[in-house]
Amino acid sequence: MLKDQDRIFQNLYNDLGSDLTSAQKRGDWVNTKAITEKGRDWIINEMKDSQLRGRGGAGFPTGLKWSFAPKEVGSRPHYLVINGDESEPGTCKDRDILRFEPHKLIEGCLIASYAIQAHVCYIYIRGEYFVDGQKLQAAIDEAYEKKLIGKNAAGTGWDLDIYIHYGAGAYICGEETALLESIEGNKGQPRLKPPFPALIGLYGCPTIINNVETIAVVPTILRRGGKWFASLGREKNTGTKIFCISGNVNNPCNVEEEMNIPLKELIEVHAGGVIGGWDNLQAVIPGGSSMPLIPKEKCETLTMDFDSLVAEKSGLGTAGVVVINKDQDIIKCMARIARFYKHESCGQCTPCREGSGWMWRMLERMAKGEASKDEIEMLGDVTKQIEGHTICAFGEGSSWPVQGLLRHFKDEIKKRNNFDPIVKETQNIPYLVDQHLLDKNA
Amino acid sequence: MSLKRPAKDQPESFEFNSSSLEAANKIISKYPKGKQQSAVMALLYIAQKQNDNWIPLVAMKYIAKLLDMPYIKVYEVATFYSMFNLSPVGKYFIQVCTTTPCMIRGASKLVEACKEKISENESELLPDKNCSWMEVECLGACVTAPMMQINDDYYEDLDKEKTLEILDKILKDEIPKPGSYRGRINNEPENGRKTLMELKNA
Repeated sequence: MLKDQDRIFQNLYNDLGSDLTSAQKRGDWVNTKAITEKGRDWIINEMKDSQLRGRGGAGFPTGLKWSFAPKEVGSRPHYLVINGDESEPGTCKDRDILRFEPHKLIEGCLIASYAIQAHVCYIYIRGEYFVDGQKLQAAIDEAYEKKLIGKNAAGTGWDLDIYIHYGAGAYICGEETALLESIEGNKGQPRLKPPFPALIGLYGCPTIINNVETIAVVPTILRRGGKWFASLGREKNTGTKIFCISGNVNNPCNVEEEMNIPLKELIEVHAGGVIGGWDNLQAVIPGGSSMPLIPKEKCETLTMDFDSLVAEKSGLGTAGVVVINKDQDIIKCMARIARFYKHESCGQCTPCREGSGWMWRMLERMAKGEASKDEIEMLGDVTKQIEGHTICAFGEGSSWPVQGLLRHFKDEIKKRNNFDPIVKETQNIPYLVDQHLLDKNA
Repeated sequence: MSLKRPAKDQPESFEFNSSSLEAANKIISKYPKGKQQSAVMALLYIAQKQNDNWIPLVAMKYIAKLLDMPYIKVYEVATFYSMFNLSPVGKYFIQVCTTTPCMIRGASKLVEACKEKISENESELLPDKNCSWMEVECLGACVTAPMMQINDDYYEDLDKEKTLEILDKILKDEIPKPGSYRGRINNEPENGRKTLMELKNA
């Protein structure tokens, strides 16, 4: 288990208070000036050395992303945008950072803004987190008052303004370009990439977009060194991560742990084990609802990091671990996830808008045992036609969980859906539209 | 995509009151000059707060004028985002999360409780307009599932009995205490916490 002193979020459970004074006691805002004085190149190199990968789901190396920002500020200002539109089912880590560790986030915003030369930072928070957003606003006000942000922020000579922008209940706004559209006052429909936001982003200006957790760990990494962060976890999957363990476990919880921790340890040690014992485990969704589920056999040895989960044809995503035990109907669970995606599709690309509804309706029928045998293959075909044919990754996000179900629980679906639509009796039904359903041999 | 229809009975006029206008101007000032359109979501939200938790069409027209943007663009935004209510909802607006992580921990019991106490169908106003409920997608409190949101507050770690208690209070016009209803602190493991123990004892 990770040593307590190596945990970045000391106040994850709010034992200490989230106000500025207690945050400073934990080491936030201590000599921020010394960090920025080392220069932009040092900061970006240190981030590269730490091998920090974005915590929002895609796992893009943060240092590399920052280095994409233009070196010189031209006629267009640079922007930093923080993505706090946490809506992935199974994930609730950013909420705890917003309400209990706001100063880590604000300090991270200052350092990141300095590194990419932005004077304005927008923090996009999902509308439902209104109360938590107010706590962050209180922390921002506190920071303004103590001159930690604003003009000559924290004595660094850098001016920074931080504003909160509330979302209004659209999952798709967690996609970075949809988020920019939303800030600009439009419907949250993703843009085509390229051009990438690092060059043409918010208001057509260079914009770097990072997840809340990614930015909140930045000050600690720079204080303790990229090498320290890289020493945790394993190569290319370094550092610590907040895991959210929900579903059928005895003690569902958020916990910060080292990357590459065995899944079994997460569930047994931190979450108090599966309800009904380990043998009652059916499957685990390892990284929020858009990642394919993993059946019990593989959970025994699975370690939780980006690359080892990709090897299992799944992904770490947001590290929202949803445990499903044998008391649950796995097809129903996935049908509910499909309904979620049907509800949240932005409607811009036809394969996703229509396909997400098809998948939901087929799965609902399969859960009830009303589907025919060949519909199982058809469902797989539908997922393949959505995946890769949409502007944003929502297409993948909605089809992967269904593919995961088909990969690991096909027998279960087949067992339940025995319905054979072929008309067996010798009949001539001229008005039947589906003539191919008549059994030719009968 | 969720289907949303504006209410049939629409008020004749709408205008921000002074406190709303002040809040609106403060929000508009957050964005660069000429980009006041960015404030549309926040302004719709303010209008919703002012108008008993729903947005009439006249309010959209008013906001369009205020921000100097086409009415249809405000309408687009208002219909796209699920948190904007285009028809009246209760003074206490109850949203029950039923997405998978909540579902497998028994969110259907919460729905049952709402059906018993409030109304058989979702989005149905009580005669006194005090209460309405609906099923929503993931609210981002999966670790403390099942949960529901009443206006701005989260009520977590619920079961049917606790939900009935909360609803009883709401129907009596009392606001129950938000947070976990199993007495745990935030998102820590309920018993047998293994991390950051020194801080806990301190």
